Amino acid sequence: MKQYANVITAYLIMIGLIILVGVFQSWNVALAILNFCLISAVMTMGANIQWGYAGLINFGIMGFTALGGLAAVLVSVPPVREAWQVGGLSMIFCLVIIVLIVFGVRYVLKNFQKSKKRNIYIASIIVVGLIILRIVSGPAIESIEAVEPAKTGFLGGLGLPIIFSWIAGAFFAAGLAYIIGKIALGLRADYLAIATLLISEIVIAVIKHEDWLARGVKNVIGLKRPVPYEVNLQSEQWFIDLVAKWNSGALDLISTTAEKQAALAQLVIESSTVFVKLCYSGLFIIVVAILLIVTQKVLYSPWGRMMRAIRDNEEAANAMGKNVVKQHLLIFVLGSAIVGIAGAMMVTHDGLFTPGSYRPLRYTFLIWVMVIIGGSGNNFGAVLGGFAVWFLWIEAAPMALFLINFLAAGLVETNAFKLHLIESVPYFRFLMMGVGLLLIMRFRPKGILPEKIIKQ
Amino acid sequence: MDFVNAIILLLNYIVVPALSYGSQLALGAIFVTLIYGILRFANFATGDMMSFGTMFAVLLTWYFQSLGISLGVLPTALLTIPFAIVMMILYMLTVDKFVFSYYRIKKSPPVMLAMVSIGVMFVTQAIVRIIIGPFDRRFFDGERFILKANEFKEMTGLNEGLAIKSTQVLTIIITVIVVSILFWFLNKTKTGKSMRAYSDNEDLALLSGIDPKRVVMITWMIAGILATIGGVLYGLDKSFKPFTFFNNMLPMFAAAIVGGIGNPFGAFLGGYVIAFSEIFITYAYKKFFMYVLPESMEPNSLIQLLSTDYKFAVSFSILVIVLLFRPSGIFKGKVL
Repeated sequence: MKQYANVITAYLIMIGLIILVGVFQSWNVALAILNFCLISAVMTMGANIQWGYAGLINFGIMGFTALGGLAAVLVSVPPVREAWQVGGLSMIFCLVIIVLIVFGVRYVLKNFQKSKKRNIYIASIIVVGLIILRIVSGPAIESIEAVEPAKTGFLGGLGLPIIFSWIAGAFFAAGLAYIIGKIALGLRADYLAIATLLISEIVIAVIKHEDWLARGVKNVIGLKRPVPYEVNLQSEQWFIDLVAKWNSGALDLISTTAEKQAALAQLVIESSTVFVKLCYSGLFIIVVAILLIVTQKVLYSPWGRMMRAIRDNEEAANAMGKNVVKQHLLIFVLGSAIVGIAGAMMVTHDGLFTPGSYRPLRYTFLIWVMVIIGGSGNNFGAVLGGFAVWFLWIEAAPMALFLINFLAAGLVETNAFKLHLIESVPYFRFLMMGVGLLLIMRFRPKGILPEKIIKQ
Repeated sequence: MDFVNAIILLLNYIVVPALSYGSQLALGAIFVTLIYGILRFANFATGDMMSFGTMFAVLLTWYFQSLGISLGVLPTALLTIPFAIVMMILYMLTVDKFVFSYYRIKKSPPVMLAMVSIGVMFVTQAIVRIIIGPFDRRFFDGERFILKANEFKEMTGLNEGLAIKSTQVLTIIITVIVVSILFWFLNKTKTGKSMRAYSDNEDLALLSGIDPKRVVMITWMIAGILATIGGVLYGLDKSFKPFTFFNNMLPMFAAAIVGGIGNPFGAFLGGYVIAFSEIFITYAYKKFFMYVLPESMEPNSLIQLLSTDYKFAVSFSILVIVLLFRPSGIFKGKVL
């Protein structure tokens, strides 16, 4: 128990902070923070598997998150029949062409010696394939996008419950990770970082501009929820009874029935949003708990020990007969799949998919700050990093505002300098993140909760 | 005549814009490559450092304008570049002293330094946004065009106009001057040679009496000059917005790697490779073919290989292809 003392204290402090927000700001805000903390925690676990277990730098987290979000759209939105009628067949044909290109290239790669001739064959297969693709898909895409462009204009999805998308998102991200891994894992560490960063930008560019797929920058809104809607909840008798029972103490103080009714109605509206957020928190906590148990088990299994050996000394592990390339690919795919789950969870929580909002700063670099601050190689550390950094990210602005008002209290309200500072309060979060990262890297390079090797 | 028209069309829409964009990228790419070659890490704060230098140029331009100082037809911002460079170098040296030098002396792996540069990126971004705000700023003044499309048409009697912005010419001229001085410095002076030696083999350079502190300081100074000039030229040509500058980091990295990271000349050419391919592949050639082909064969589609939305994607794909087939870059990296 004693060895876990610092873990438990750190988590207690974190929960205490969130409860403080609930008491002083509102429970709605506190739960919103908690939910995003949980989503961030899943992302950091994915990044931590790659960086902490295997020492792979993946700066493409944004791309995998977006793919997870795409999965949420493609799974949950009902299919647009009209669009399928006008362009569905051509799009399926395009898919067949892509598969044919891939197999053609593979066939050439396998059956020909490495030579200039082979390169020419491969290039010509790809070019011819792309031209056919262009000819087939052009009119189809146009007609799909013309189907009620204000509402749909895309193929739609499968119309399944959105919760399935969490698994689908994992598979989407894993698929992309497999391709990237095949291409880029042989590179040196910092090349891999740059390559993944740029590839994730390509992914975002494709999602943004292929409107037939997920409406692009026109966004998909109103995704179905796995939890009840506030409006429905407010008319449910059991929920009203629950709220009345929960707040019976406060309600009893009000004497007249009419006032009591009004107060209850207000409470029901307030608590319905809180209740919905709580449902999400429950779902997310289940995911985080499952992932934590699994990753923790894996970390201390023989496979986990092998991964650490590969991380610490690649040549030695190779000499002991471990297939370093294969294991790197495996861990890259697994970590990315977890990030994909987080992406789907986030879109589920928001109920909308906005490709324009995916920016590397928020979805790649911030996640890395979380991993480094929390403690790479330690799952509890990664989760804690997700919590702490997201909490700071949200609360940085109010904290900065408080500090400015406190320090510049002597200045008059209309002082230009003070006004300028107050205007730029939102940017203090960048400052806080940067300074936090630099301080941790300098004075506690292993993070708040450092990696622990249990001797067995 | 049609053929001349076609050429002018390409000049106007591809060659001139690509040359100026490529020059801006080239300056940034040399910055990336110098830091990578001599300090040995990928500097993710590149874009934000450039916006830091440019911010001072913008602020000083406003100040000079309020004082009534101007360069006539040339933009006032040119006058502010030396001051901005000084501020930029001061900032870089401060950051190096308090952040990077610790890890350099400890001989941390390059990955660690790259992570640290992310911290610097966050801090720099915050400083820039707190001082000047996140908005789009235009600070160009003076004569906008050297050659207007209409004037060109009247002059030559052609259908197609050729418009040349003064900022485009300025960008190209200044880049050529700066880069020539840089190559002269690296290849001919003793200090430059010591920098190349340090980049090539650190231990051997130290043994032969090269002072590492001096090399590092000069590297940051050159980096400051390149970053500020590159940033100001980009800002003059387009506009100054911290977020765009952050994003510009990506094609700069692409240019540096395509040219062979650690090789300044490669980075210089890499900038143009990226710029030209971006514009070549996303340009709609319909009008070009209308001039070149006989009327019966006129195309009815846009003849565009990729839509302009994929501009960035093109340069990144080139990078991926280069990494696959020639990981050391087209011009072989690490020779400085």
